[in-house]
Amino acid sequence: MELLEVKNLSKHYKAFDLQNINFTLPKGYIMGYVGPNGSGKSTTLNLITNICKCTEGEIRINGISCEEDAVAYKEQIGYIGDEFYFPNNFKVKNIRRVLQNFYPTFSAKKFDGFLQRWNLPEKKPIKDFSRGMKVMLMFASVLSRDTKLMVLDEATNGLDPVMRTEILQLLQEYVMDGERSVIFSTHILSDLEQIADYIYFIHQGRTVLYDAKDELIESYLLVKGEKSAVSSELEKALIGVIDNAYGFEALLSSDQAGLLGTEFQYEKPNIDQIVVHFIKDGR
Amino acid sequence: MKIIISNQSELPIYAQIREQLKEQILNGQILEGSTLPSIRQLAKEVGVSVITTTRAYSDLETEGFIASMQGKGSVVLSTDNNLLKEQSLMRIEEGLTTAIETARTMGMSEEELLHIFKNLLER
Repeated sequence: MELLEVKNLSKHYKAFDLQNINFTLPKGYIMGYVGPNGSGKSTTLNLITNICKCTEGEIRINGISCEEDAVAYKEQIGYIGDEFYFPNNFKVKNIRRVLQNFYPTFSAKKFDGFLQRWNLPEKKPIKDFSRGMKVMLMFASVLSRDTKLMVLDEATNGLDPVMRTEILQLLQEYVMDGERSVIFSTHILSDLEQIADYIYFIHQGRTVLYDAKDELIESYLLVKGEKSAVSSELEKALIGVIDNAYGFEALLSSDQAGLLGTEFQYEKPNIDQIVVHFIKDGR
Repeated sequence: MKIIISNQSELPIYAQIREQLKEQILNGQILEGSTLPSIRQLAKEVGVSVITTTRAYSDLETEGFIASMQGKGSVVLSTDNNLLKEQSLMRIEEGLTTAIETARTMGMSEEELLHIFKNLLER
């Protein structure tokens, strides 16, 4: 069963076009949405959360589009961005009250549980919270509601590795029951490396790659060697060659591994390396 | 049951999980008839994707190590069933065939090859 369906999604701005984004995310899975700065990641996520309206295309969550039923659509979404979205002069109790009035499925009991778990002080003004505390407060507010899709836009930015690890575990807990899914964008691709089921990679508003993460990593080899040893056939097959004074590094589709002689070294790439070489290649 | 994932390993993560479970099933650390954690439980505990653990389990199922039973989860099967033996036998034959072929292409005598084989056995 698909939880999130994105069909032929486009958004035209004066200086930027997001073009024809297509994917589905089944229930109970995590998708990493990757690409360099300005590639259209936030634009896509903002279209999903209906912060912006798309120029063309269709988005459905559990079969419901925002046009059909805006309340039911938005109730299903929990959003966390890289900027803190509660007013800074608030205290935790003000946020609790706002959420209670806004969202029918908000549970003050769950919320208080998270406050305790992460030691978030009730009486301190939020402007005195650290970045980490603010992020955890946003997570507390989202997780105390009955949402189906968590949308995270660079939510782990500026967090230390301990906290990032805690958040990754939270996301895995979130999808555990097989009914809820997560889509998240991040620059720290090692975060995605382990827990993401699917990777969607965009560059300059266009789709570069979209596949199950395991498939993606197995589809390519990271090749290193001396430039002089590269045959013309191999040269055509190499993706995003990066030269340095002593050799080169590039990607190669795994099914063309036969082109490699013993003079080359190769290994499994990580997501970072796949992204870097594809962008270098300009495809 | 224990699973340790290495990012330095040549093996993809699903294969690391599969091989470690296989080893523990074969050496009796995981008992016949016991239930493995669910695919989603394992993914969360080990910190890998659900697709990765799904693949590890479906490989184990194909190879006859586990069976997924409705409502019970993934149950460890007896390791002395024929399918497993046959598969191991096939893998041994495959490995030896490769060795023999390599030896022939380089013109090695049977004696020399047997010598290597004996030496390796004594290791």
